[in-house]
Amino acid sequence: MEPLMPPIAHPEPASPEYLLHLFITGATPNSTRAVRNIKEICEQYLSGRYELLIVDIYQQPELAQQEDLIGVPTLIKLRPGLVRRLVGDLSDRERVLKALGLTTPPVSPPRHE
Amino acid sequence: MQANNRAATALPQLPKSPTGIEGLDEITKGGLPLGRPTLICGSAGCGKTLMGVEFLVRGAQRYSEPGVLMAFEETGEELAANVASLGFDLNELQTRKMLRIDHVHVDRSEIEETGEYDLEGLFIRLGHAIDSIGAKRVVLDTIEALFSGFPNQGVLRSEIRRLFRWLKDKGVTTVITAERGEGTLTRQGLEEYVSDCVILLDNRVIDQITTRRLRIVKYRGSTHGTNEYPYLISEDGIAVLPVTSLRLDHEVSDQVDSTGVPALDEMFGRGGYFRGSSVLITGTAGTAKTTLGAFFARQVCKEGRRCLMFVFEESPQQLIRNMRSVGLDLQPLIAQGLLHIEASRPTINGLERHLVTIHRLVHDFQPAAVVIDPISNLISVGNINEVRSMLTRLIDFLKVNNITALFTALINTRTNQNEMTEEGVSSLVDTWISVRDLEGIGERNRGLSILKSRGMAHSNQVREFLVTSQGIELLDVVVGPTGIVTGASRLTQQLQEHARHLAAQQETERRDRELERRRRMLEANIANLRTEFESVEEELRQINTDEQHRQQALASGNQRIAANLPRPSPPPAGEIDE
Repeated sequence: MEPLMPPIAHPEPASPEYLLHLFITGATPNSTRAVRNIKEICEQYLSGRYELLIVDIYQQPELAQQEDLIGVPTLIKLRPGLVRRLVGDLSDRERVLKALGLTTPPVSPPRHE
Repeated sequence: MQANNRAATALPQLPKSPTGIEGLDEITKGGLPLGRPTLICGSAGCGKTLMGVEFLVRGAQRYSEPGVLMAFEETGEELAANVASLGFDLNELQTRKMLRIDHVHVDRSEIEETGEYDLEGLFIRLGHAIDSIGAKRVVLDTIEALFSGFPNQGVLRSEIRRLFRWLKDKGVTTVITAERGEGTLTRQGLEEYVSDCVILLDNRVIDQITTRRLRIVKYRGSTHGTNEYPYLISEDGIAVLPVTSLRLDHEVSDQVDSTGVPALDEMFGRGGYFRGSSVLITGTAGTAKTTLGAFFARQVCKEGRRCLMFVFEESPQQLIRNMRSVGLDLQPLIAQGLLHIEASRPTINGLERHLVTIHRLVHDFQPAAVVIDPISNLISVGNINEVRSMLTRLIDFLKVNNITALFTALINTRTNQNEMTEEGVSSLVDTWISVRDLEGIGERNRGLSILKSRGMAHSNQVREFLVTSQGIELLDVVVGPTGIVTGASRLTQQLQEHARHLAAQQETERRDRELERRRRMLEANIANLRTEFESVEEELRQINTDEQHRQQALASGNQRIAANLPRPSPPPAGEIDE
């Protein structure tokens, strides 16, 4: 119970536990897939405790240098823990979850089966 | 056929973007292909990044073309600090919007591949950087850093191909640097195929001396120099030296430069060296080669022209002091800015650097003549082939610029031969003067002769010359019983000749006196004879007069007789009787 308390108590009013930035390039297949994937993951695992920002770098090219982007799409996990950069359309769910630190709390193991 | 040729020349040539790198534009006949990618590859420490940076800096400075530098390995600050020593101020260029540096940080540990992706991020960054300053030039240093960051080779390769295509479409002239791979030009074996021009840099150590060389491996749509060209990273950036640029079609001058030694001028049919020709003075140790060089330098300065001296054995101060001892003061000439002495140890630099130094100084100083003393010392820096090739280039360079060049070379005392001068430069130089020791009985003397002088009659004599406190003196030829004599023998010969001359003179005087005596004697005789003759004449006259008197007396007597006996015929009979 103890670990469950803070996430519910704190992130709701202030900032959410997970802060994710997804950089995409318009409506390319990779980008649309990435958006779909991250939304799915967030809804599934992080519902209510995340903040996802989707940036189209075609619209804001200066961000590409600022954020040191090379491969696109790139998901940057700013919180919690270390900053991680995930490159690709996020279809390798296992790796995405591992990178986001979501392997331990399997919210829906029964659903999988 | 001719129509074809004309058509060919009328076709537009491949447009090129000048790099501004010394010598490189010459080899590439104008620069890198405009609007296309060029690969610069080489192993570590070749100056790939530097060449890229210089391409951008020169582009901004000389051709007002802004550039983008995408650095994968170094940050902007590091790069700026690294090239500051070459006088490139990257920060200033950045504030002037002539340059934009984008450091791309690639770290494998931070990157998690989670599916399909492309490198559109890189494209956008680059596109944004290009558009924000209107860049015409782009440098990517070093693109293969991407390979270490992204494990998916397939994606990378196709993306890099796309990048090259995209850069071409953008119309920017791009330079990509790459590490050299094992047996291939690049590690990935990709960039060389997608680039329109490939420049290979190489760093070789031969006999403990490093030589950097550059070669153009390919250049689509253009002819280019195919040799390996030495290049240097000097204080002002990269300098590439075209090895054999000369087509032997340089202008020649008909003017003549005095040698600075009047008697030596006389040995040449036209009174000196042709302007713009190359002169070699060879000689054994201590045969006043440097002094001859210095006198030539002074002569050039005297005429109000500039002269550049490269000395590899002495410091300028030492040279000035030593030349004072022969009555030659170089100091005022230096003060007037007419003479510049550049002294350095041959071993301090590789040959190429020496050549570049000479090129640069010649370019800055614009001399009418260059003296290099001695070229044989350069052998210590390279092997004979290299020295020869360097000297060929140097001589060519000076000739093209119509600069009279005087080289001295030390030849081996024992063999009196020097491989370098024998096979090497002697065929390149126009005038070859040999100074040597004429060793006689217990002394050595200096002899000077002209071995060759292209296009000019010259003396065939070996002239003895003296280095006195007033300068160099060429002595008149003294021919002894066994040929030309020098030194003490010459003095003896001169003494003997003097004595002979004196004796002959005395003899003549004696004869003159004898003649005078004879003349006087004869004259006295003549006078005697004349007086004698006069007295005889007097006597005879007296006799004549007496005779006349007698005849008259006789005639008057006869008349008287005839008056007594008047017969007309007897007088003649009477005369006969008498």
